[in-house]
Amino acid sequence: MFRILETRELGRGVKMFVIEAARIARKQKPGQFVIVRLYEHGERIPLTIADSDPHEGTITLVVQGIGKTTCLLNMLEAGDSILDIVGPLGKPSEIQHYGTAVVIGGGVGTAIALPTARALRQAGNYVISILGARSRDLVILEEEVRKVSNETHICTDDGTYGRKGLVTDKLKDLLSGPYPIDYILAIGPVPMMRAVAKETKFTGVKTIVSLNSIMVDGTGMCGGCRVLVNKKNQFACVDGPEFEAEAVNFDVLTERNSAYRDKEQQALKDLLANPEHELEIIRMEMKKHFVEAISGEETSEVNHAS
Amino acid sequence: MPPNPLPNKERMKIQRQHMPEQDAQQRTHNFKEVNLGLPVERARQEALRCIACAKPTCMIECPVGVKVREFLDLILAEDYLGAAAKIREDNALPAITGRVCPQEDQCEGACILNKKGDSLAIGYLERFVADYEQKTGKLGLPPVARKTGKKVAIVGSGPAGLSCAGDLIQKGHEVRVFEALHELGGVLVYGIPEFRLPRDIVRQEIHNLRRMGVEFETNVVVGKTVTIDELMQNERYDAVFIATGAGLPVFLNIPGEHLVGVFSANEFLTRVNLMRGYRFPEYDEPLYDCKDKDVVVIGGGNTAMDAVRTSLRLGAKSAALLYRRSEAEMPARKEEVAHARQEGVDFQMLVNPVEFLGDEHGRLRSVRCQRMELGEPDASGRRRPVPIAGSEFTRPAALAIIAVGTTANPMIQSSTPDLKTNKWRYIEADPETQRTSKRGVFAGGDIVTGGATVILAMGAGRKAAKSVHEYLTTGSW
Repeated sequence: MFRILETRELGRGVKMFVIEAARIARKQKPGQFVIVRLYEHGERIPLTIADSDPHEGTITLVVQGIGKTTCLLNMLEAGDSILDIVGPLGKPSEIQHYGTAVVIGGGVGTAIALPTARALRQAGNYVISILGARSRDLVILEEEVRKVSNETHICTDDGTYGRKGLVTDKLKDLLSGPYPIDYILAIGPVPMMRAVAKETKFTGVKTIVSLNSIMVDGTGMCGGCRVLVNKKNQFACVDGPEFEAEAVNFDVLTERNSAYRDKEQQALKDLLANPEHELEIIRMEMKKHFVEAISGEETSEVNHAS
Repeated sequence: MPPNPLPNKERMKIQRQHMPEQDAQQRTHNFKEVNLGLPVERARQEALRCIACAKPTCMIECPVGVKVREFLDLILAEDYLGAAAKIREDNALPAITGRVCPQEDQCEGACILNKKGDSLAIGYLERFVADYEQKTGKLGLPPVARKTGKKVAIVGSGPAGLSCAGDLIQKGHEVRVFEALHELGGVLVYGIPEFRLPRDIVRQEIHNLRRMGVEFETNVVVGKTVTIDELMQNERYDAVFIATGAGLPVFLNIPGEHLVGVFSANEFLTRVNLMRGYRFPEYDEPLYDCKDKDVVVIGGGNTAMDAVRTSLRLGAKSAALLYRRSEAEMPARKEEVAHARQEGVDFQMLVNPVEFLGDEHGRLRSVRCQRMELGEPDASGRRRPVPIAGSEFTRPAALAIIAVGTTANPMIQSSTPDLKTNKWRYIEADPETQRTSKRGVFAGGDIVTGGATVILAMGAGRKAAKSVHEYLTTGSW
């Protein structure tokens, strides 16, 4: 079990968790993710690690409530526990001194882009961050992003904050501006990453996207997360999650990500009909696991957080 | 009095016992075990059939060397827990191997009774003894040696890892097993379906190891969460046994493989077995619907049989097995093939898929196939399948499950530079000692040999345990 030490609401439906996970914290690098299973009947979902503290033995996850598992997770508070967390998985971001790096975070993607932006800055890059969101209350981590960036630009779809428009509008300006851009990282919803890929395709600027495929094990064992990259099967979990944008087939990614849409919607509807009930089940399980751990019933089965 | 009072002539008159089975019509609607196990009287009757030949070929052919005759004698003496303890001296997981071993190629294949009739049903008897333990809640545990103070890390809790753990704990070493998934058992829980190996059986065997002192830690991906070097240097393990198993699924590399509805057998079976997707919404992991759909499974091994039989239980309208060779070449256990046929699997032999075809939403609708014929023998000794010109045809399919094998997962190898691998990226290990190129590190099971069977992996686990023990006591490499 992995204890939640701290939570903070970052925006509407977006929550940050600081979680005890010593082994993962020691090894995490920007761009990597964990697989989370909340409780015994839970599904396994990938979540990118937003930050880690190897000395405190903690990792930070930023979660947007979209489906059943993420909504349920966002109901948890400090003192609660998560049954299973495994990682860090996937290849870390390739951090180099590129020159001028543009880091684009769409919605909750901002949280994932933040550690990479920080690492790029530390590697000597001039970092320009673009944050995109539908509306002002969905802009997250602005202060943190400003801290690690040389320039920060904000775009909202409805114009309630920053510039009205899409992140690609700002990107277009930068690409046609007087200063050369050497590297672009885009993390966010698939349509946003696809739009960025289209924008930079003929510019020759190295553009990286981080793909959010459906995964089960996260270690290459099932192949469910496969994406078409340069017309070849690649596993997002072990070959990625970051790929060169122009090589990614976003149509296939979108289709594959919708494979379970009906069931996902049903599960979410069921949860929202009676959220307290589900929360109660999880908390009862936590208690059971805790009692087992201290009574020595399953003494040898130690999760590495303890 | 000797345990078996009958003269050989009388013993050979007794017919081999049949395994009671759940009715084929009924069982395709549930995930309960197909084989029901022998009742005690029939088990004793079966044990009487052994003619105690001078050279026990059954034991010689067993990859872990179970002392078959000795445990049969204990059955006849009605000491069933003693029989279990006897098996456990060589085999840490009798309830599992009694169910999934390819006995026809091993102990039973070598049995002298085979020459004149049916071999002794050694697998049924092993299962009987193990089930007796489970039913009574008592355990036939072998003795455990005094603590040596040495620490061994085992990477992977599948059959190779568990059998190695069982042997090393008996030798008095401190043993900790690391597992990447949230549940212990490896392929025994994510791969093999419940109708062949109920989950409780696996849990029980793991619990037994725990009672003997083995420690387990889930959610650790060695190579990512911690490296082999960190285990040895920071966590002070004296030896490591790598038993990470089969690894990455092989795809066919034909057009349309990215379509929604095309799955690796690993994914399909993991969603059903490990994640319980078929019980959605009680369990959260979704499963792609098989109900009233046409399902094709590609391959001819045990995994293919497991996948195709699973799809029937999920309500498939049709479940076909496409195999590019003929039935004689199929590597699956005979019992699985027979069970699949009884359950209504459509065996399409000498058929090879060449393309998956989808609709405008990227979902699988049909498979284009070609017919094959057998040509000259290839490197594996089996006759090579050759396409028949102009034989292409299309069959409808909403799900296609690919079960044509696996390749090495390079995660540990790439994070351990001094670990030698072969050209297929499997770890190089001595076939006798399971030693790798790195001092103190051993490897065995599918990560060394490529995809094989549960019992062969267990055999490698045993050999590794023996050689780890030798290394820990002598210190010489």
